[in-house]
Amino acid sequence: MNEEGLALKVDDRDNVATVFSNEVIAGSCIYVRDKKGNQEKIEVRSDIPFGHKVALEDISQGTRIMKYGECIGAASHDIKKGDYVHVHNLEALRGRGDLNGQED
Amino acid sequence: MYSFQGYRRPDGRFGSRNLVAVIPSVICANDVGQAICRQVQGTIGYFHHQGCCQLPLDLKRVTDVLSNLGQSPNVAAALVISLGCEGTDQNRIVEEIRATGKPVEIIRIQELGGTSRAIQAGIDAAGRLVRQISGLQRETADISELTMAIKCGASDTTSGMASNCVIGYVADKLVDLGATVVFGETTEFLGGEHILANRAVGGADGPVGQKIYQIVDEMEKRAMAVGEDMRGGQPTPGNIAGGLSSIEEKSLGAIVKSGHRPIQGVLEYCDRIDGKKGLWIKDSPGREPEILTGMAATGAQCMMFSTGRGAPQGFPSMPVIKICGNPNTYEHMKYDMDLNAGRIILGEKSIEEVGEEAFALLLQVLNGQMTKNEALGYYGSMDIFCLGPVI
Repeated sequence: MNEEGLALKVDDRDNVATVFSNEVIAGSCIYVRDKKGNQEKIEVRSDIPFGHKVALEDISQGTRIMKYGECIGAASHDIKKGDYVHVHNLEALRGRGDLNGQED
Repeated sequence: MYSFQGYRRPDGRFGSRNLVAVIPSVICANDVGQAICRQVQGTIGYFHHQGCCQLPLDLKRVTDVLSNLGQSPNVAAALVISLGCEGTDQNRIVEEIRATGKPVEIIRIQELGGTSRAIQAGIDAAGRLVRQISGLQRETADISELTMAIKCGASDTTSGMASNCVIGYVADKLVDLGATVVFGETTEFLGGEHILANRAVGGADGPVGQKIYQIVDEMEKRAMAVGEDMRGGQPTPGNIAGGLSSIEEKSLGAIVKSGHRPIQGVLEYCDRIDGKKGLWIKDSPGREPEILTGMAATGAQCMMFSTGRGAPQGFPSMPVIKICGNPNTYEHMKYDMDLNAGRIILGEKSIEEVGEEAFALLLQVLNGQMTKNEALGYYGSMDIFCLGPVI
């Protein structure tokens, strides 16, 4: 195991990875591992709980957020590489009765 | 070749359990049914909340589901409890279960003179049925006789990366062995429906692929019709605490459990599997009481259930094997969780290794070994998914 935390990137198209370590805090470094076992070390900009997501690149507001190689929503704010990504900056695009037909 | 030891029913199907089902035809008969189940060993009850003051389509639905539960292979005999003035067709329930060759009796609370008399008559009847079926011996059944239901609940981000992958491995293996696998939770296809449609027999543009798009569209429109944002209900607060940020993310993790084999077709909530083989979808909501009922009524002898947060409940007549994807949750709730798939997250085991462990456990459970929720008696809650209002 790495001293630093571990995050898993499922698909090459993903711009987020899932953190599977218990104490990942702002300013610490984590290893992001992809399917082939390649590792990239990135600095985390905020505390991230176990099982939650980290941004692997800068993601501007309105851009699609990708996991499993598929769209899981859009950035509701500008996101920086290393940021914690969750409901505060990612919004679902499906099942949105409140958007009232504005969906594509 | 794989086999399990099951109870052969008169219609040729094999049960993994040998139970007398107490079936209230309406919510108002539940208290009498519960008293009978408390007293008579070897019984289970289907204590739902439907059966009267509903639209005709729902009354038919409730009748269908209760009849299908009675016909399901883990049930050896049935005792129907009628109040006497309900909207369901309790005679049809009795006739259809009897047509499968099983012993079935009915008691009517109003006709018998009320609660205490109905309980007395019910205990006597249930006792007769238990004595009649409890000496049945298990026989060898080929694994292709199995219908396994799959489901995930109380999910977090480990579900899609560990426990659902394990169930997907088992699902593929069962389909390859000629067995049947059924998955549902149409709500959790949102955002992943194109992946499922492409796996449909005949492709995304064929009738099965188009049906998948249709059921997802109908489910989404039902949520949108009330003008609400689904985010208030899906993902659930527990899913969000576990790291799932949107219904799309939850769906993409959820569909992993269906494995990789072609999807043969879509079953309606009230449909039975009736010998169909391969991988099937059951159009159903994601909430446990309704989907577990739907799966048992389909004819599934067992369910494999993936969880990350720790969902403890089972179902009265269908063993539910809990595969936990989150290593922290497994340690914390190990008396409820049957298998630790969190070792995949920790890098200790591969999906295939834990998949083989899950398959071996499945065979043991089919042979009679109790799951943790069965041993704990944690299987009392169930309900029937209805479409219209209570009136």
